[in-house]
Amino acid sequence: MMTIAVTTTGTTLDAPLDARFGRASRFLMYDLEHATFTLLDNAQRLEAAQGAGIQSAEAVARAGAGAVVTGHCGPKALRVLAAAGIRVYTSDAPTVAAALAQYRAGTLSALTAADVEGHW
Amino acid sequence: MSAAAAGTGPAGARRACRIVIASGKGGTGKTTVAVNLARACGGPVQVLDCDVEAPNAHLFLRGTPQGSTPCMVMVPEIDAAVCDGCGECARLCAYNAIAVAGTRTLIFPELCHSCGGCVQVCPRQAIREIPHRIGDVETQQAGLITLTLGRLDIGVAMAPPLIRAVQARAQGGRPVIIDAPPGTSCPAVTAVRAAEYAVLVTEPTPFGLHDVRLAVAMTRTLGVPCGVVVNRAGSGDERVQLFCQAEAIPLLLEIPDDRRIAEAYARGALIFDALPEYRAAFVMLWDRVQSIHHKPHE
Repeated sequence: MMTIAVTTTGTTLDAPLDARFGRASRFLMYDLEHATFTLLDNAQRLEAAQGAGIQSAEAVARAGAGAVVTGHCGPKALRVLAAAGIRVYTSDAPTVAAALAQYRAGTLSALTAADVEGHW
Repeated sequence: MSAAAAGTGPAGARRACRIVIASGKGGTGKTTVAVNLARACGGPVQVLDCDVEAPNAHLFLRGTPQGSTPCMVMVPEIDAAVCDGCGECARLCAYNAIAVAGTRTLIFPELCHSCGGCVQVCPRQAIREIPHRIGDVETQQAGLITLTLGRLDIGVAMAPPLIRAVQARAQGGRPVIIDAPPGTSCPAVTAVRAAEYAVLVTEPTPFGLHDVRLAVAMTRTLGVPCGVVVNRAGSGDERVQLFCQAEAIPLLLEIPDDRRIAEAYARGALIFDALPEYRAAFVMLWDRVQSIHHKPHE
């Protein structure tokens, strides 16, 4: 069973993709096999003075994600996700559903290096 | 603010005092005041450039290099063979400097505040502390002025340990003038709290007033008496002066808005040397901060 963590500012598949990973509002944890999802709130990380990306990456790893789809990802979060064996894909899709469609179609490429600095 | 009232303290005689030149706002003239004050004091004096993210006092003092020492802080290192990824260290760390991914524990030294708590809390003794470089402490000699400055490495955000390393070079028996970083956050607090008296440099503008209010609040919280220097006086309004009057904060000096001062600055010259008519003003400022009642030595 593969779960994809998609960053979002909303609570449904039609909600916008959140361009930020570390300070994403929440993660929509999408179960590819059953086509169902749960929501993982990230408000605590939004408040963090520093290390938000690190904490978000830990939370996503603990929740059992196999991959992350987001707008951008900084170096510290990427290091934690890589250590946890989680691949990170960036997308500029307008909604979570559109980003998931890109993921399923295999049109997203995995990040090998951070595409933004920390605190961007 | 009775502690700041001029001439009431027992410290009227000349002695080795420790003065910090600070400001809420950046670019108000802290370094200008610090280096000219050092020049005006007339005897052996130490200048500590604690603006370690952008030290610049050396551009004006142009001393002879006397050596440089790396500044190290202690950060954790994980023995991967012993660590079982229990995550106790990551849960303890208030600065998110440790993360556990699966069974792997990752360290982010740039976020570490060197508290050593992770070493204490690790149930398997898998963590030891190793030195991590954050910058350099340099010393230069320019006539009677001994300058010690900190240079934070590019990309390092942790200024306070380096500021403390610079302050640790203060020697007894000579007055110390500390050039503080701007603002009122951790680096500025670190520089100011070590001093007995704070000279707050500001400009006669709405920004200058807003930020000197913050700086005054900081010095009061830290229990360091303060006075104000208005730089570029005449270029704005009188609100800073009125604020000082209302708050009973001594107005120590007004440096006029004089183009020749800016020209001297741009050449890296001291006002004291380039424009002799201002010498008396800096000598008077030095006498004033010497005679004002200071916070007692801790």
